[in-house]
Amino acid sequence: MAIHLRTLNEVLHSSNKKKTWGTKEYFINMGPQHPSTHGVLRFVLRLEGEVVKEIIPVLGYIHRGIEKIGESVSYRNFVHLTDRCDYLSSIINNWGVSKVVENAMQIETNERIETIRTIFAEIQRLQSHTLWWGVFAMDLGAFTPFLYGFRDREFLTSIVEDTCGSRLTMNYIQPGGVMYDIKPDFSTKIKNYIRYLRPRIDEYEQLVSNNIIIQKRTENVGILSKDDACSYGTTGPVLRASGVPLDLRKDHPYGMYGKVDFSVAVGSVGDCWDRYWVRIEEMRQSLNIIEQLIDNIPPGKHMVMKHTAKIKLPIGYHYDQVETARGILGVFVASDGKDSPYRIHLRSPNFNNLWSITKMAAGLKISDLVAIFSTLDIVMPDVDR
Amino acid sequence: MTTYHIENFANIINNSYQTNIFTIFAYVLLIFIGILAYITLVALTLIYVERKVCAAIQCRIGPNRTGWWGLLQPVADAIKLVLKEKNSPLYCDKLLHFIAPMFCLGACLSSLLIIPFSHNIQVINLNVGILYWSAVSSLGILGILIAGWSSYNKWSLLGAIRSASQMLSYELSIILSIMVIVIYAGTLDVQKIVLSQLDGWWIFKGHIVTVISFLIFFVASVAELNRTPFDLPEGESELGAGFHTEYSGIQFGFFFLAEYINVFITSAIIVTLFLGGWLPFHLYGMLSFNNAMNGIHPIIWFFLKVSLIIFIIVWIRWTLPRLRIDQLIYLEWKFLLPLGLVNIVLSAISVLYSFHF
Repeated sequence: MAIHLRTLNEVLHSSNKKKTWGTKEYFINMGPQHPSTHGVLRFVLRLEGEVVKEIIPVLGYIHRGIEKIGESVSYRNFVHLTDRCDYLSSIINNWGVSKVVENAMQIETNERIETIRTIFAEIQRLQSHTLWWGVFAMDLGAFTPFLYGFRDREFLTSIVEDTCGSRLTMNYIQPGGVMYDIKPDFSTKIKNYIRYLRPRIDEYEQLVSNNIIIQKRTENVGILSKDDACSYGTTGPVLRASGVPLDLRKDHPYGMYGKVDFSVAVGSVGDCWDRYWVRIEEMRQSLNIIEQLIDNIPPGKHMVMKHTAKIKLPIGYHYDQVETARGILGVFVASDGKDSPYRIHLRSPNFNNLWSITKMAAGLKISDLVAIFSTLDIVMPDVDR
Repeated sequence: MTTYHIENFANIINNSYQTNIFTIFAYVLLIFIGILAYITLVALTLIYVERKVCAAIQCRIGPNRTGWWGLLQPVADAIKLVLKEKNSPLYCDKLLHFIAPMFCLGACLSSLLIIPFSHNIQVINLNVGILYWSAVSSLGILGILIAGWSSYNKWSLLGAIRSASQMLSYELSIILSIMVIVIYAGTLDVQKIVLSQLDGWWIFKGHIVTVISFLIFFVASVAELNRTPFDLPEGESELGAGFHTEYSGIQFGFFFLAEYINVFITSAIIVTLFLGGWLPFHLYGMLSFNNAMNGIHPIIWFFLKVSLIIFIIVWIRWTLPRLRIDQLIYLEWKFLLPLGLVNIVLSAISVLYSFHF
């Protein structure tokens, strides 16, 4: 199925027909400073009353040229930059680059490293989803869950801070291992947290999922069919909510995902409710994964290569991908055998997920647009890079 | 049964033997200053209460640095609002942009006149008091429409249009549920409506009809107040700040003040109509308990009941998400309005055949 994406110019000049009677369409700018575009996204909306006729996302407000900078820094330094892309799943981004480097250089990591990486990736997913849950409720007008979401995220953030010293841009996973070894009380803290969060999720379901207004606002709103989801290239919870059970953790297991038991949450309709539910379910699955791994972290080194060792990738093209909290992050590296990559490209999940809103929100109200955008869970720095 | 003498300032003016112009002027000045001081106090208290209650709901502490337990925080906020620069967009309609906040504040100040705080504290006792309230309180929508229109901002205009459709719709339900009480009490005079509840509040003695009417009135008046779940005109996650996006300083403060005064007034009207106004709480047959309750001054009773209603309104605001505009209109026209119409017929029948207590 072909998708035709219209540029801003095409949209602005398309509806210039003079109308002598009836309601007139008008354009309105949503963003770059708008509370629910989560950063600096700008939508140009073609509206008729409150009904959104057409949406065109205008990007580039937080473009920092991360890929271009990557061409002049070493691979180890580029890992730092990936923190700044999708800052809500920075550890998983680090893992993506580290995976490319390790596969290209054929570095064998030990089981301890892989276990720690998997646990931290799931911690990151939990962090991202708890934050999303709060922001989602706030976009629908309920302010209180926002603070609950942040409160729960805070516990995880401080656990991560104990381990690697950072709270947002963790930069924890490095090529060849992880930056620091875990602290002795790490597993106790995580176990306490799991005991804390499980009943919380049920409580949140009572507060938000069982709320009739939330249900009315999300059910059958912004339906993304299976075909559309595939042709827009969406990944992650957005794709899974549309009924495609694509999850790299299951389909192409990396880390310790092949050895743990978890299920992939798949929706059926592909509306906002399905995307909501898929994320709530993923939080439970993440807890399951962490619970299975936390008791048996094997002993060993946390880094198999020296921090100062030079990283040079063999000449050629290297590609690898990981499942972040938002979908598939692909890292493409063209190497000319030097210290820094000749060209590096990130296939960000957010970019593809974002464009599906042009299909979903057309014909709905502005409020629906906000709800749909919220369930897409976009992090703007990752779209512009 | 305790008897209450209805007196108010208007009566005092009429009955005083010194009815020269200076006495009347002095009274009017007194009332003016009194109301001004009073609304400021009410608004500041409400802001403090709202912040503390929402903090408790959200597992926070809330303001606690300014003054004792943060009591001076609303004062600090008010000072900040007064000191801030007034700013208006370049192409806005300057005159309309200037008077819009005053419309809002004026509407709610004038509806404050008929609130019966106690048996003898009321600014003016009109014999069509409740009708006056419903007429004057809906003037506030003019201020919101003017604000949205004159701001030269599409988001503000969207907020204003939303507000207009919302308020026009929910006004109907409010009038219908007021009419139920008017039919039961047989008067439009707020003091007489309160006194008609001497043998039991309307929510208790009017059967299911007044309970339904109470619920309709409550939902509709929360919608009139533009508060969550009906805060579409200013829904911050959709429209930025809605109709008051382009306002700053004390002009924004007027909207803010009007909103909180309206919360108070609406709660007061709910209390007057359904919860016995300033009457004490009585239990049937328990004489000593009732006597003890009579010992508490009516004004304390009034404020106790009002604070209960205010607490519920604040509680709802910090719990529920926002409705969509079409769902909001459907709720009114397809559910509340038919229910209100049926309700009014039922109330008429029950009065005709004296079904109520």
